[in-house]
Amino acid sequence: MNRNSLTKRLVTAPYTFWMLIFVVVPIALVVYYALTDANGRFTMENIMAIVDYKKTFGVSVELALISTAICLLLAYPLAYTISRMKAHRQSTMVMLVMLPMWMNFLIRTYAWMTILENNGLINRFVRMLGGEGFRMINTNGAVVLGMVYNFLPYMILPIYTVLTKIEQSTIEAAQDLGANRAQVFRRILFPMSVPGIISGITMVFVPAVSTFVISKLLGGGKTFLIGDIIENYFLGNTGTVNYNIGASLSLVLMILILLSMAVMNHFDKDETSGGML
Amino acid sequence: MKKRILSIVLALCTICGVLSLAGCGGSSGRVTLNVYNWGEYIDLSVIPEFEKETGVKVNYTTYASNEEMYAKVSSGAASYDVVVPSDYMIGKLIEEGLLAELDFANIPNYKYIGEEYKGLAYDPENKYSVPYTWGTTVVMYNKTMVDPADVADKSVDLLWNEKYKDQILTFDNPRDAFALALSKLGYSFNSENPDEWKQAAELLRQQKPLLQAYVMDQVFDKMEAGEAAIAAYYAGDALIIQEENPDVEYYIPKEGANMFVDAMCVMKNTQHKAVAEAFINFMMKTDVAVKTAEVIGYATPHTGAKAQLDPTITGNPVVYPDTQTLQNTEVFLNLTPEIGQLQSDLWTDIKKD
Repeated sequence: MNRNSLTKRLVTAPYTFWMLIFVVVPIALVVYYALTDANGRFTMENIMAIVDYKKTFGVSVELALISTAICLLLAYPLAYTISRMKAHRQSTMVMLVMLPMWMNFLIRTYAWMTILENNGLINRFVRMLGGEGFRMINTNGAVVLGMVYNFLPYMILPIYTVLTKIEQSTIEAAQDLGANRAQVFRRILFPMSVPGIISGITMVFVPAVSTFVISKLLGGGKTFLIGDIIENYFLGNTGTVNYNIGASLSLVLMILILLSMAVMNHFDKDETSGGML
Repeated sequence: MKKRILSIVLALCTICGVLSLAGCGGSSGRVTLNVYNWGEYIDLSVIPEFEKETGVKVNYTTYASNEEMYAKVSSGAASYDVVVPSDYMIGKLIEEGLLAELDFANIPNYKYIGEEYKGLAYDPENKYSVPYTWGTTVVMYNKTMVDPADVADKSVDLLWNEKYKDQILTFDNPRDAFALALSKLGYSFNSENPDEWKQAAELLRQQKPLLQAYVMDQVFDKMEAGEAAIAAYYAGDALIIQEENPDVEYYIPKEGANMFVDAMCVMKNTQHKAVAEAFINFMMKTDVAVKTAEVIGYATPHTGAKAQLDPTITGNPVVYPDTQTLQNTEVFLNLTPEIGQLQSDLWTDIKKD
């Protein structure tokens, strides 16, 4: 018993150490900076100052929710189709989903700039066909597109993983008992894939709500998200470095994310049955 | 068995520890100089040249803005030996005691620096900095997209012209963006009057719906490809953009512009002050200064290098403006903490609305 727990502790030690240094300590620092002023004295002012940014929070959450919803609508049918394919084709398809992720995220976002610009690929093509061309870059729509494009694989993969675990025989059983296609989906497939949907939503919503690169490149710096403000306060792009406000914004964002995850998990009653998180 | 594994792990840890210590000891034999400069702001071939000449290893890293550089050096997260901040940031670093006083006996090439770049307000006694490049901000426009009548008066108003809605780019940093608005109002860039900053903020707020984007380095792509018609940026970069797209023209606005000097400084906490000074001296060698000026396009304060440059560059009145134009320009000074905070708050408000 004693020896066993020693081994266990040894095996988990590197991970515990990693978590301590790179998760617990940074979060403690964020909390510390959020609750102190420039001289290190306790204050609630930074937290109170959040009210000034409620509009930015609103825009960030709104765009992130829209992106998450679009990702879910695109990912679910695709994940289902892949999960019903023959094994070797499944692995090819999964690889195709992951392929873009082998390239740097920043480069792919830059590429979208060239595609969406007024003289970009799409508009040049439209004009070639005699059309007018339209404005896409530097709009909220472009930012949402960037989010959907970049985070879609994080929605597809967990849903796919859950769906592959559902035996074809389960579906056949439901059909034998007289369920039509809509009923099979509503009563069997969907409930069984909830854990994958939950982790997909979390993995898309969290990076989307906190992004700052996508809004800077595809929004032209005019779509200002909460991530942009935090970045500005830490790098001093606004002219002054202010870790305290930056940290309090991060803290509020973290709480927001944790709350939404708690709400999501409430729907996910069967926690043991899969997903990636 | 398990005990043996444990002892092997412990032994490995000890070996690693000893090796890393030995590693530290070994590297101290060869001096490493940490140079922190703006991106695309040097002819990279001169670094190996310096390394070969002196046996020093140069660790060269870059930043995109004065503020980013300040955030790094002031947090103490990394130690740098040579940095190249702009005027107002040098003032701030001096004020906070972060720069070392230079020993000019180690920088004999300082004699090449033109008199007009010495004794400037940010370092009035020439104790901390050696000018590296200088220039002004300019207004750029694409002559195929802008009506000649709108640029005839060479005004900063072009950046507020509603005719070019969605085709205008401006700086994505508050100091330069505010300078444009302050010059339009006829106020000093270093104004200490909060009301003047608030009026400038109002102008920037009016400008926002007309803008295509707030940019920094993205200006290159967008102006070269004809994506935007009008942009405010730095003279040296306008020259590079024009090389790629000859339709781009630029002028120093009649309301005035910011004149900036980027200068090499040594951090106070450096371990290798003499080596850092040797590096600065090397960068001020005439042939090296010529290479720098040719590669980056910015004006050089080095009299010897200027004489050797292509006369079409040194004769360009925007890159090397005459004294009359320069009288109409203003150098940024370090803002008081109150004004700095106000500027930051106003800028964040403009961006988030």
